Amino acid sequence: MAVVVILVLLAVGSVLFHLLSPWWWTPIASNWNYIDNTLIITFWITGVVFVAVVLFMAYCVLRFRHRPGNRAAYEPENRKLEGWLAGGTTLGVAAMLTPGLFVWHQFVTVPSGAAEVEVVGQQWLWSFRLPGADGKLGTSETRDVTPENSLGLNRNDAAALDDVIIEGGELHLEVGKPVKILLRSVDVLHDFYVPEFRAKMDMVPGMVTYFWLTPTRTGTFEVLCAELCGTGHPQMRGTVVVDNAADYQTWLSSQQTFSQMMAATETKQTAQAENAAAAQ
Amino acid sequence: MVDIRSGTGEPIGPAEVEDVELYHPHSWWTRYVFSQDAKIIAIQYASTAIAIGMVALVLSWLMRLQLGFPGAFAFIDADRYYQFITMHGMIMVIYLLTALFLGGFGNYLIPLMLGARDMVFPYANMLSYWLYLLAVLVLVASFFAPGGPTGAGWTLYPPQAVLSGTPGGKDWGIILMLSSLILFIIGFTMGGLNYVVTVLQGRARGMTLMRMPLTVWGIFTATVMALLAFPALFVACVMMLFDRVLGTSFFMPAIVEMGEQLQHGGGSPILFQHLFWFFGHPEVYIVALPAFGIVSDLISTHARKNIFGYRMMVWAIVIIGALSFIVWAHHMYVSGMNPYFGFFFATTTLIIAVPTAIKVYNWVLTLWRGDIHLTLPMLFALAFIVTFVNGGLTGLFLGNVVVDVPLSDTMFVVAHFHMVMGVAPILVIFGAIYHWYPKITGRMLNGLMGHLHFWVTFIGAYLIFFPMHYLGLIGVPRRYYEMGETAFVPASAHTLNEFITIMVLVVGAAQIIFLFNLVWSIRHGREAGGNPWRATTLEWQTPETPPRHGNWGKELPVVYRWAYDYSVPGAPEDFIPQNQPGSAGLAPEGAS
Repeated sequence: MAVVVILVLLAVGSVLFHLLSPWWWTPIASNWNYIDNTLIITFWITGVVFVAVVLFMAYCVLRFRHRPGNRAAYEPENRKLEGWLAGGTTLGVAAMLTPGLFVWHQFVTVPSGAAEVEVVGQQWLWSFRLPGADGKLGTSETRDVTPENSLGLNRNDAAALDDVIIEGGELHLEVGKPVKILLRSVDVLHDFYVPEFRAKMDMVPGMVTYFWLTPTRTGTFEVLCAELCGTGHPQMRGTVVVDNAADYQTWLSSQQTFSQMMAATETKQTAQAENAAAAQ
Repeated sequence: MVDIRSGTGEPIGPAEVEDVELYHPHSWWTRYVFSQDAKIIAIQYASTAIAIGMVALVLSWLMRLQLGFPGAFAFIDADRYYQFITMHGMIMVIYLLTALFLGGFGNYLIPLMLGARDMVFPYANMLSYWLYLLAVLVLVASFFAPGGPTGAGWTLYPPQAVLSGTPGGKDWGIILMLSSLILFIIGFTMGGLNYVVTVLQGRARGMTLMRMPLTVWGIFTATVMALLAFPALFVACVMMLFDRVLGTSFFMPAIVEMGEQLQHGGGSPILFQHLFWFFGHPEVYIVALPAFGIVSDLISTHARKNIFGYRMMVWAIVIIGALSFIVWAHHMYVSGMNPYFGFFFATTTLIIAVPTAIKVYNWVLTLWRGDIHLTLPMLFALAFIVTFVNGGLTGLFLGNVVVDVPLSDTMFVVAHFHMVMGVAPILVIFGAIYHWYPKITGRMLNGLMGHLHFWVTFIGAYLIFFPMHYLGLIGVPRRYYEMGETAFVPASAHTLNEFITIMVLVVGAAQIIFLFNLVWSIRHGREAGGNPWRATTLEWQTPETPPRHGNWGKELPVVYRWAYDYSVPGAPEDFIPQNQPGSAGLAPEGAS
């Protein structure tokens, strides 16, 4: 009897926990509420199956547990029943897979007007790059990474010179504007993860990965790394701020470009060299 | 349609098979240490696996102490935490679960259940165990090596696995880990070939493939899969070892490590992930299929009813085994591989749910109109169904590519795979040990300790892993040494973490009762007799208990019926052993 009680408690308790516990996802801040909806469908279908199987087991134990003189039925197969169950399962699976693939199609289809933003990961720091006035990101190579040029931009590429570079600071995005996030790493695997956006993707050294989203509300969100990247993994945090159009422009105009950054370093180096010469 | 249930009436003469070809031991050393008897090798495999499993259990305590009470234990720093989770995962998946199901139960049960005297290659079988032991020792050595074991996570993803930002990356840790895996795979291949050939060639007369107990079907299919899947891990390990030791670039692109340009270039980190998961996904079923098989036999025997839909069960095992080779990239939806793979792998992954669901239906339909004896093996089998259904259903979240995106790399994944390939198969292992211990030792395990062990383990494990899914739903990432102050994680989530940690300590402690029971019952357990569960399969029909070297007396058993003749109408007993002549439904005297 204890078994029956525990099985029923377990089924009912799991459902109550799901409905009553305070632990649920964070409010969404992107267009990927389709993902949330698919998740809800999956919760319903799987929840019904789980409760049905466990309660059926509880009933079997209650009804068919051993009593003196009992004897089990002898029924090796029941083609019809097995067929119905297999068919029903296939339908349930299709009901989850169909919306899933439909939404995945949206996920992999970047809108043609999407702005491009680059996120670069390194142990254990986030950097960002936005296209400059020309609207194009310049080329880059891990081989070109130096202390002065930490993102490895190509100095001979005109498109790279006006790129906006943010090292270790905040990334700002404009609300309501689709954006393609290009992801790059210069050392190990990382993963650009903002829970409120729902979407995430690994960053792989040697290649550029991407995903897209449209931020749907303004606010400040925390960036976490979601792919183990060494001892500092949990400390690899960053910030994304979703602004309205005016705030975004104000922020953008105060950022420095690649050529400004290079010039600043050169000035600093020249000054250091002059100081050194003067000291001698 | 072939009738699988009973003989066709053709009399099969008893077979007298000489056992002169077996090497009989002449000394204590060759009998108990360098033994070629599959039963001794099984016990050696199982003892080693349980011993190293206890290390993994302690590691899980340590990692949970950090998650439940961050910073309270000074010696658990970030490096150690990552070493603990890595070794815990690797030990549990490879050195405990794989070794125990195939090396342990496979060795003990295949020859006995099939009516063979031993494995077909006893010497290679012995070597298999000693290589496994060596692999375990190399693994253990990494705890004592400079820099400690690797902390790369059990998936060992390069480049970080071989770089200095990861514990053991530039020390001995990763080298010993890869070497140990290579040794394990060589050892496993020797054992695995043995299991497959024994199933195909060593069966007693009358034991057709479609009369084999599902335990053997599960272990057999899992072994075939392992023989095909482990080579992918083998090459991945060799290549990564070359990258680390010789400076090659199989998995290493151009890298700037902490400001310094490395000499690597042109390699692909994603290639490793494909190789790893080409092994890693079948590995899930390499652990699950033996559990499926064993639990089928436990339910049938203890519900005194034939397994429902035997043929469907066999085909489901085979189909799951085959499909599991084309679903691997569902572990890589957010890895940066071509996103269009998502359509294919989500579809194959969800298709595999259908044969898996059929197995679940057939288990519960076996209970239906049964005569359910709530013995310890049956309790563990029921608990398995609950946890497996729970863990299997959350697999439908993670397999359905778009739903995986927010949940991937969160605690939801940790909760899912622990429920489905940690808790569920381990519950089967416990059920199987309570079931076969009387055959192995001649005595029953103590029931009181057994019930205490069962209830704490089952309820405790469910309370650990069910709420853990919701941490992942909040967005808590896995493999975080500490969450710190994070706006989207409510303070109540921390209370939940404390609760989980306390449950882990309790459930872990319950395993000590089990270990004590294993040792105590060897001397003090109730005498079991040859067939305490009144089971039909051949291992319960041996002339001696425990069976001697060679298993059978002068004559090998002859098989007349399938493994599930329980409660046959008209039969005097509620079970008819497989080696009992006569057609189903009639007492032997009335046959012919």
